[in-house]
Amino acid sequence: MTFFMSHAPVLAIIIPLMGAPICALFRGKTAPWLFTLILSGIAFAYSIDLLIAVSANGPISYEIGGWAPPYGIEYVADPLSAFVMVIISGISTGVLLYAKDSIANEVPTSRLGFFFAAYLLALTGMMGITVTGDAFNIFVFLEITSLSSYVLIAMGARQDRRALTAAFQYLIIGTIGATFILIGVGLLYVMTGTLNIADIADKFDSISDTRPIRAAVGFLIVGIAIKLAMFPFHVWLPNAYSYAPNIVTAFFAGTATKVSVYLLIRFIYTVFGADFSFGTVYLTELLLPLGVIAALSMSVVAIFQDNLKRLLAFSSVAQLGYITIAIALATEAGLTAGILHIFNHAIVKTGLFLTVGAMFFATGTTSIKALAGVGQRMPMTSFGFVLGGLGLIGIPLTPGFISKWYLIQAVLERGDYIGYGLAIAILLSSIFAVIYIWRVVEILYFHPSPEGAKGSEAPLSLLIPCWIFILGSFYFGIETSFNVGFAEQAAQFLMGAR
Amino acid sequence: MIEGLNPGIILILGALIVPLTSGFIRGILLLALPVLGLAQLIMLGLGSWGQFEIMGMQLTVTHIDPLSRVFGLIFHVAAFAGILYSLHVKDTMQHVATLIYAGSAIGAVFAGDLITLFTFWEITAVSSVFLIWASRTERSFKSGIRYLIIQVTSGVVLLGGIALYAADTGSIKFETMEFGSLATWFFLIAFGIKAAFPLLHNWVQDSYPEATVTGSVILSAFTTKLAIYALARSFPGTDLLIWIGVVMVIFPVVHATLENDLRRTMAYSLNSQQGFMIIAIGIGGDLAINGVAAHATISILYTCLMFMVTGAALYRTGTAKITELGGLYKSMPVTSTFAILGALIIIAAPLTGAFATKALIMSAALDAKMVILWLAMLFGAVAVIDNVGLKIPLFGFFSKDNGKRFQEAPLHMLLAMAVMAGFGIFIGLSPATFFALLPTPMESHTYTASHVVTQLQLIAFAVLIFALALRTGYYPKMRDSITLDFDWIYRKAGKMALTKTSSIVANFWDQTKGFGLMLVGWAIDKAEKSHGEGQAMSRTVSSGYAVSVILILFGIALVVIYA
Repeated sequence: MTFFMSHAPVLAIIIPLMGAPICALFRGKTAPWLFTLILSGIAFAYSIDLLIAVSANGPISYEIGGWAPPYGIEYVADPLSAFVMVIISGISTGVLLYAKDSIANEVPTSRLGFFFAAYLLALTGMMGITVTGDAFNIFVFLEITSLSSYVLIAMGARQDRRALTAAFQYLIIGTIGATFILIGVGLLYVMTGTLNIADIADKFDSISDTRPIRAAVGFLIVGIAIKLAMFPFHVWLPNAYSYAPNIVTAFFAGTATKVSVYLLIRFIYTVFGADFSFGTVYLTELLLPLGVIAALSMSVVAIFQDNLKRLLAFSSVAQLGYITIAIALATEAGLTAGILHIFNHAIVKTGLFLTVGAMFFATGTTSIKALAGVGQRMPMTSFGFVLGGLGLIGIPLTPGFISKWYLIQAVLERGDYIGYGLAIAILLSSIFAVIYIWRVVEILYFHPSPEGAKGSEAPLSLLIPCWIFILGSFYFGIETSFNVGFAEQAAQFLMGAR
Repeated sequence: MIEGLNPGIILILGALIVPLTSGFIRGILLLALPVLGLAQLIMLGLGSWGQFEIMGMQLTVTHIDPLSRVFGLIFHVAAFAGILYSLHVKDTMQHVATLIYAGSAIGAVFAGDLITLFTFWEITAVSSVFLIWASRTERSFKSGIRYLIIQVTSGVVLLGGIALYAADTGSIKFETMEFGSLATWFFLIAFGIKAAFPLLHNWVQDSYPEATVTGSVILSAFTTKLAIYALARSFPGTDLLIWIGVVMVIFPVVHATLENDLRRTMAYSLNSQQGFMIIAIGIGGDLAINGVAAHATISILYTCLMFMVTGAALYRTGTAKITELGGLYKSMPVTSTFAILGALIIIAAPLTGAFATKALIMSAALDAKMVILWLAMLFGAVAVIDNVGLKIPLFGFFSKDNGKRFQEAPLHMLLAMAVMAGFGIFIGLSPATFFALLPTPMESHTYTASHVVTQLQLIAFAVLIFALALRTGYYPKMRDSITLDFDWIYRKAGKMALTKTSSIVANFWDQTKGFGLMLVGWAIDKAEKSHGEGQAMSRTVSSGYAVSVILILFGIALVVIYA
């Protein structure tokens, strides 16, 4: 067991990576799914072990192939990366529990092997980005994630051909983002002569006044912002989320953008350092307005959407606005709120997308109008949606409330009018959330089913995972020691690191 | 029973079992829950329980002191009577909503900290809206939506206040606060919405009459009185409240006089009565706060009773329009008797509860040497006598017989009325027993000769005005369309100036409302034009366009970073 434990950082990556080509060989409905579920479950187990070990003993460094950093590639599990890894692999495993019937309904059986291979690659990439301590390695894993996600999104084409254009647009914009990140990493390499993140961070102060470094900061921030779907770089996200297969949407909603948030935090706080990011260059002034506009404007857009998946997608952009605000505050409280919301939003939004997926499974549509009366036909699913929606709005006892509470405390800590303004903006955005969730609830419950509407309650294989997420979200909304505890630990670590 | 369990939680948890039962067992369960809650409340006595820490904040789920005990007791009584009154209803949703609503109102009263208060506060909002929707009409649905938006807004404002307050003081204890900081303004607005402050009051008249017969009985008991409790707890002695209260007493009176629908008349009068309590909170001091607690109790009793009476009429006849009722006393003698009893309590006739309690507030005002205040309250008192005390029984039950015959109200409704009327009279007969429960111990000198005489004079005067107005044909005729020359009676009573003020305020309010609606309409329109489906903010743009945006933002980022 010590062998497995001491290699945990790399095993959590290697296992899904090696599994992917094997998975592509499987045929049928069950085999590739079961295989993927097991591998994802193993990665989840390792991530939890890592998180426990890191929180007890501090960061763990792993040298790939025994080459010592800064020459070899180093994997680093610190409180932040271990926490994000648990989120990614946990969401992935939860979604996979749900996946079997849902995906068989949407993707031809003959392609399921490839589908799950791409899924495993996406998981590998995201876990890799999080754990690696090497800047170029980040780019490599980013490309693994991106390429596999283009494939996964395009798999929705059987349901709606627009999935192809959505995937294509994501490809163009995503590639630009990745290129920006590569240029940024390249400039850092030119100036420091190293790719190891810890090493770059050490040398950063001595060269931080140079122009290439500032250009690198610009490229990296914009590149990550594109991947993060920060307003106004979010254009790819609503379409990609709307037309991708349901489990892909659920998986990405909880993980893909969160990994980019992780990168943003990692670069701003670990590589550049908070003093440089917010003191020397004015990232607060750059990010804060974007976050506020996202939180308000995208919530308003969500109100007017006709498609439920698109509505939730725009809501995600708005929620990422909260996280952007939190990161831009440049305080420990803000960072805690941001990291906490990564977790809380992931569990709530994934749960919501899963319930929507169940509605699609039963009725064949995600158009809000066509879902009229689903409240009567699918009581358990609809009630799950309502509870998830409460979490999104931020009613007490839900994780959304916890995040918003911390976020509002953090903005008020500024103690100036901007702080009050931000608090008002956040509350206003919550009211918009009430409206867009309520609009859906009203149609689900209070409008009569259309004549000859099909669909009855979703099968248990879909319902149970949905409710695991919904009840889980309530659990983490009440017993907050896990999410709040680790978010605080990660924020303290990051702020103390420099 | 679990040590220190908040009595409200018993009702809420009990509500969850209700859907599993039916018939007789359900009836027993429904009635038993408030009794259990009451037993728990009495068993607990005074003190704090259920303290634990969450997110570094000290929560106190159950906190009972004399002030909250008075409100808690009457809430239990109202819950019991309300449920008894609605026993005939075969609608699981209404029963569950009623119990959760009453339970959360009780829970909120015993909340020892702001977070617990906020939680219960929001549950009252969400659960009570189902009582409005239970009418299952298009009108009630829309009205319910408006109600929900307003109530939830109150909760959001409260939460904003809590966050600010916690940031300012580091405490989330629910206790007396110094009014003035931004946080306390938030609290005032949040409480004010629920207490139906002037200009924030419209939801009361909008929603209560749309609720079901039984729903409006329940609604009238809790939400507004919970807000009174919250204000009495947090802001006693805040001068601003006095003036808000004065406007509140006078302003709705005009509307109540003109209203043809019995339940709307009640809703306006309810609003006016809230004003008395707000004034008393504004005065502050032991006597006034005692007055608030006592008058809130009595006003729950008689408001519920009057809603029950009018509800019974509506239940049997299908209308609450004064013009269409008439001569009900022949069909429904017992209900009519309760109407008279209720009216007697409202006009604060000696030997009824209100006689004992209203005096507390009035003398608190006199003690504070606020003569104008005292006059305003006197005006309010006369108005309520005319509007509710005389108008409802007289027009609703004793007007000219139109020959229609209906059945007497069902037994359980009558019993429920008897509970409310019984308490109302009992307090009047034995004020000392009741006063012992008030926050500050005090001696009662209720039945002094001067007080009795004053009050009787007041009543006689009001009756005289009413009779004169009716005789000379100047009392507003109850028609469906309301275009009346109404100010004569007030001129006669020397109250013309006040009426003018009211009409100016009403006019101003209409203007403000119109402007507000216009503004909201404009904002929604703009939002839809810019953020709607396929509009600028939500359109799927071409990749080229998206890349241009990226480049522009990159340019801006570079400028910021190089700056």
